[in-house]
Amino acid sequence: MATLDLVIQEDVTATPVRSTRRLGRLFWAALGWVIFVFAAATLVDVLPLPSPTDMDMLERRAPVSALHWLGTDGFGRDELARLIHGARISLIVGLCAPIIGLTIGGALGMLAGYFRGRFESLVVGSMDVLLAFPPLILALAVTAYLGQSIPNLTFILGVLGIPAFMRVARAATLTLARREFVVAAQALGASHARILLRELLPNVMLPLLAFFLLGVAVTIVAEGALSFLGLGVPPPISSWGSMIGEGRESLDVAPQLAFIPAIAMFLTVLSFNLVGDSLRALTDPRQGAL
Amino acid sequence: MLGFVARRLLYLVPVLLAVSLLTFLIASLLPGDLAYVILGDQATPDKVAALRHDMGLDQPLLIRFLGWLGHILQGDFGRSFRTGQTVLRAVAERLPVSFELMIMAELTALLIGVPLAIICAARSGGAFDRFMTGSAFGMLSVPTFLSAILLIYLFAVELHWLPATGYIPFTEDPIGNLRFMVLPALTLALAEWPGIMRVLRSDMIATLQEDYIALAKAKGLTPRRILFVHALKPSSLTLVTITGINIGRLIGGALIVETIFALPGIGRLLIGAIYTRDLIILQGVVLLVASGFVIVNFIVDMLYAVLDPRIRHGHA
Amino acid sequence: MTGTPLLSVEDVAVDLPTARGNLRAVDRVDLTLGAGRTLGIVGESGCGKTMLSRAILQLLPKKAKLSGRVMFDGQDLARCSAETLRKLRARSLAVVFQDPMTSLNPVLTIGTQLIETLQEHLELDGMAATKRSIELLAAVGIPAPEQRLAQYPHQLSGGMRQRVAIAIALSCEPKLLIADEPTTALDVTIQAQILDLLAREQKRRHMAMIIITHDLGVVAGRTDEVAVMYAGRVVERAPTQALFKHMRMPYTEALLAAIPKLDTAPHTPLPAISGRPPDPTRPLIGCSFAPRCRYAAGRCEAEKPKLAAAETADHLYACFHPIKLAAGVGA
Repeated sequence: MATLDLVIQEDVTATPVRSTRRLGRLFWAALGWVIFVFAAATLVDVLPLPSPTDMDMLERRAPVSALHWLGTDGFGRDELARLIHGARISLIVGLCAPIIGLTIGGALGMLAGYFRGRFESLVVGSMDVLLAFPPLILALAVTAYLGQSIPNLTFILGVLGIPAFMRVARAATLTLARREFVVAAQALGASHARILLRELLPNVMLPLLAFFLLGVAVTIVAEGALSFLGLGVPPPISSWGSMIGEGRESLDVAPQLAFIPAIAMFLTVLSFNLVGDSLRALTDPRQGAL
Repeated sequence: MLGFVARRLLYLVPVLLAVSLLTFLIASLLPGDLAYVILGDQATPDKVAALRHDMGLDQPLLIRFLGWLGHILQGDFGRSFRTGQTVLRAVAERLPVSFELMIMAELTALLIGVPLAIICAARSGGAFDRFMTGSAFGMLSVPTFLSAILLIYLFAVELHWLPATGYIPFTEDPIGNLRFMVLPALTLALAEWPGIMRVLRSDMIATLQEDYIALAKAKGLTPRRILFVHALKPSSLTLVTITGINIGRLIGGALIVETIFALPGIGRLLIGAIYTRDLIILQGVVLLVASGFVIVNFIVDMLYAVLDPRIRHGHA
Repeated sequence: MTGTPLLSVEDVAVDLPTARGNLRAVDRVDLTLGAGRTLGIVGESGCGKTMLSRAILQLLPKKAKLSGRVMFDGQDLARCSAETLRKLRARSLAVVFQDPMTSLNPVLTIGTQLIETLQEHLELDGMAATKRSIELLAAVGIPAPEQRLAQYPHQLSGGMRQRVAIAIALSCEPKLLIADEPTTALDVTIQAQILDLLAREQKRRHMAMIIITHDLGVVAGRTDEVAVMYAGRVVERAPTQALFKHMRMPYTEALLAAIPKLDTAPHTPLPAISGRPPDPTRPLIGCSFAPRCRYAAGRCEAEKPKLAAAETADHLYACFHPIKLAAGVGA
């Protein structure tokens, strides 16, 4: 899951070690971290921190101090402030892009799984063609031509997630559409729209949301990789990825500049993965007793 | 068997067609006039119009696509307006580097993942298994570029054992070549081994519950034979699937790794083409990579049949 | 039986921890079997007969706990090292499982699965092993054995697959063969052939054999002795003829009555045994069969009857109200 690639674990027999406890300690710790990062990113402006763009050329690459809790970077900017502002950018892209995949991919998947036939073949076929392109290459090509900006980045990363969400929604719909409550609704003469919205959607939503969290993790990584190469968020805006990219220049003298945002990114990605994975184990309709 | 292959080949054609269409569309419909880019600061409206006519850019989209496709099928992928080199030439030069990287990475990942999967499956539920499964999960959350930074810091900056960037062809200096390739290949392998280990492990755990394993035990075969012959072979199908899926991920990962470690492979060619707006190279390389990917998947499908005789004979 | 028996199961119990508590699959069973003799173990699904066979073979699931002794050829199998046990297999102990589709490895050729056993235990080289494999396949009645070696299990019919499984089991001349429901997964027409094959080979090799089945009809005429199991215990044990002629257990009687017979009038309802075996995680205080037994009385619910011999020394049963009348096979 370290690159831009949302692959579903088709095998439900895979038992992660901690699956026997319903929601273990790791889950809550992960959730706590996510909330913490989220809160910090949202509240950063009211926190008593130096501005992330103020350059203090006398204090470049300074170690931890009372003024700069995590030291400063190559331009003398406060590392902690940059870290939290970077979190904001990473989270914005990380959360918004999968929403595109969720809505479009989810809708397409549900419709394909419900109506079947040629429409389904068309949808699945086009997704297969989209999946034939290594995603990172497509993302690079598109951002290069459309220009680097946060909306563009979010857009392409979102589009690249559509096939995966489509698959999840379709798989869930295929399983659920055969269940009694759907057949009953059809027997009662409910319209397609009604069945899709009232019966199927609430149930398909659950695995989709679990997958969404995994998608957030993947997107944070993808955006990070692109920004690391300088091809993601446009400078001077910096996300964790670009911070790591900048930190690479000074690995020999100040490795912490690369590793601090790296650890932050790792913990966040790990947390989203943990939470998403736990929820998916709980909500997969194929495992449900329904 | 031949019927099976023929049927799959037939499916390949429309997919490749769709892939080439999509590639063409992406390159052509995006803003940014190619003629302007080529002429640069020499661009005047007249020159631009003339160049566009020369290059056939003023024709309808469909004509342009068919023309391009026609050239492709004759082996003419066009040439870069920057270097004058043909696309095929440029790709041929870079392909060995990327190939070497991907093969080394996949082999390393298999070397790490497969034995771990076997040990964990044989001792499933034990302390080692739990530790390894947790590590695999954690490793999946480490992005490729992060591993790269870590490895560079550890081996190049701190220990000075290996170089951080650079490349020498294998034919010139095998040892030097390997020294440059170790860190990049290891970076990619670190991203791939968890997937391999997890899936193979769960597959083998399921296989180990089967009756034929019980019979193999009852026959008094050595545990090693039971694990490696009776249990691994049925699971090898999964291994082939994963390896096939991995190739796609490896291509994306190779892109990043080649850039970080300054390896002259296809990835860097692509990035360069993006920077310089070299549309021809971009189109050609994307088409070749995507088609290659589709073909690799096809080969994976064929390997299935070889490994599972039931598929060959139309069963299962 | 003269001398020490080949197999002596002594006070063997198998406990399985489950989510609902401890499951006693086998409840203190004693059995003996002499060399060259055949024992039939009969019982419904879930009575513990398969677990018992796994206990003898030392192939129990990891979570299972085994107590008691399994004496084979003078050694306690439960206390042997893994390596000693492994060497014993195939040469002394062999097994045929119920479903040859799942007990043969689907991705390995028949030849591989035969030859590997020969090479492991008899240390034959490739050519000798191949030759012997062909002989074995011919011996179990498989036509064109040379061609079979390169084939895969799914290319054979069910009956042929089971013959292969038998060939594998016999390949190293075992002293004891355990056949766990060897014909249950096969067509009725094939069943008799397979059972005859087993009986023939057993006589030829002077091999001890245990046939496990839920069908009393299978053991009639093919076994020397029969043990009937219910709810994890042996409830009746006798030489085969004696069992059929003078059965004592109401359960055995009910089992026999439940076999469809040719001379019954059409549309006669099958006298199935009503009710179900007790939940093995909640054992009853009294006789396990009491709730379903038509002869049950007060004592049956309060006390567990012990397996003991009454009239004849080799006919044991565990019942407070054994059947006194002589019951024939056709009655």
